[in-house]
Amino acid sequence: MSDTKKKETFGGTVGFVFIICLVCAALVSIAAVGLKPLQTANKLLDKQTKILEASGLLAIALKAENIKALGGESESIVDTYEKYVDAKMISLATGKVIEGNVKTFDERADARDISKSSIPENDIAGINRQADHAVVYLIKDEQGKVSTIVLPIVGSGLWDLMYGFIGLESDLNTVKSLIYSELKETPGLGAEVLNPKWKALWPGKEMFDEQGNIAIQIVKGGAKAGNIHGVDALSGATLTSNGVENTLHFWLGKEGYGPFITNYRAGGLN
Amino acid sequence: MATDTKKVLFGPVIDNNPIALQVLGVCSALAVTSSLANALVMTLAVMLVTGFSNLFISLIRHQIPSSVRIIVQMVIIASLVILVDQVLKAFSYQLSKELSVFIGLIITNCIVMGRAEAFAMKEKPGVSFLDGIGNGLGYGAVLMVVAFFRELFGFGELFGYEVFTLVQNNGWYQGNGLLVLPFSSFFIIGLIIWAIRQFRPEQVEKD
Repeated sequence: MSDTKKKETFGGTVGFVFIICLVCAALVSIAAVGLKPLQTANKLLDKQTKILEASGLLAIALKAENIKALGGESESIVDTYEKYVDAKMISLATGKVIEGNVKTFDERADARDISKSSIPENDIAGINRQADHAVVYLIKDEQGKVSTIVLPIVGSGLWDLMYGFIGLESDLNTVKSLIYSELKETPGLGAEVLNPKWKALWPGKEMFDEQGNIAIQIVKGGAKAGNIHGVDALSGATLTSNGVENTLHFWLGKEGYGPFITNYRAGGLN
Repeated sequence: MATDTKKVLFGPVIDNNPIALQVLGVCSALAVTSSLANALVMTLAVMLVTGFSNLFISLIRHQIPSSVRIIVQMVIIASLVILVDQVLKAFSYQLSKELSVFIGLIITNCIVMGRAEAFAMKEKPGVSFLDGIGNGLGYGAVLMVVAFFRELFGFGELFGYEVFTLVQNNGWYQGNGLLVLPFSSFFIIGLIIWAIRQFRPEQVEKD
């Protein structure tokens, strides 16, 4: 530390810090701006992959990817998505399709914006604020008929909000899949909602009973064989299991996709 | 200095391990060791950050006014960490999603700043860089050992490949629930420290 005296002066210190900050800020900005397109693409690809998974089309997409092995993973997933998925923005209150850019729609940003969200009356999912709009994904088959509908869901687990998608057949009752895309549950316990064996319990279950009430439930100790509305709870993860059930009840109910489901069944989308 | 290269680079792995001897950076060692893949990425990230922060700080060590040196070190370290985070988000989205806040928290990893202050402020750039990489290696070695035990006995997997078939998947192995949780690392790190001190009794503190 036996160097020039100049560096310890007030002006020298301020000048030095200024230059360091400038250089570092420039580096960070260049990286952030330069890598932004890649990061956005990654995020989108991740979301599309989950939606395809929820609709049961991921296997097809991955097969296509294997066939054209050289094309790379992203291409066939994007292709499959573009080909089969029709995203529509809806108003949750009325359940009607509205105008809106589904590509830039960000449910989480909207939920934080007071002018674009509201506080649910009966917040069983524990989400505090709910965006007024939502994007639903209509999955079409080769003939252009809607075969599956994927609905984004969110609700509290044990530690934090769990984000995911529920895939329903076109009767909006029979479950195709329940896919969680983002959660912070305990590994080995709550995070077992990602276990393929548990996910395999969902297809074929029915959300509503004959009177049209929400009937899906998570059964502790295991659902009886033939219970069309019951899914086994996760052992050692009661609060996560409750969270999943509450999330489904909330989003299928009148504050969630209830109006949309009524509308859709009445042919209100066409 | 050249003769010491090996000592600077590999010394921190056993003889002067940042976690086992200096007891720095334990926090992140608890958090990211539930799987080998996470531990490996974290190791690489910390190695790069310590290496380059040591290099840059050493390069300007004669210019840094001593009254603001900690802040200057912090600015450089923080910038490097943000760079790593951004690159990871762009090129390995899945991993960055899993490591989430822990990459950002490298900023607060005591090893990085400890080496900058204790080594890079006094030594030449080349050897400082090696010292940073070496400490990253030492940190990573402990991380990998902890992650090995936690992933193998907690999940029955290594690098995501099934080794023991879990009961949940109709196998025979009941995953150890304790090892799945972060604090189990305390026990493993404790055992590692004990093992090292068996072979290096000079590391034992005097009463």
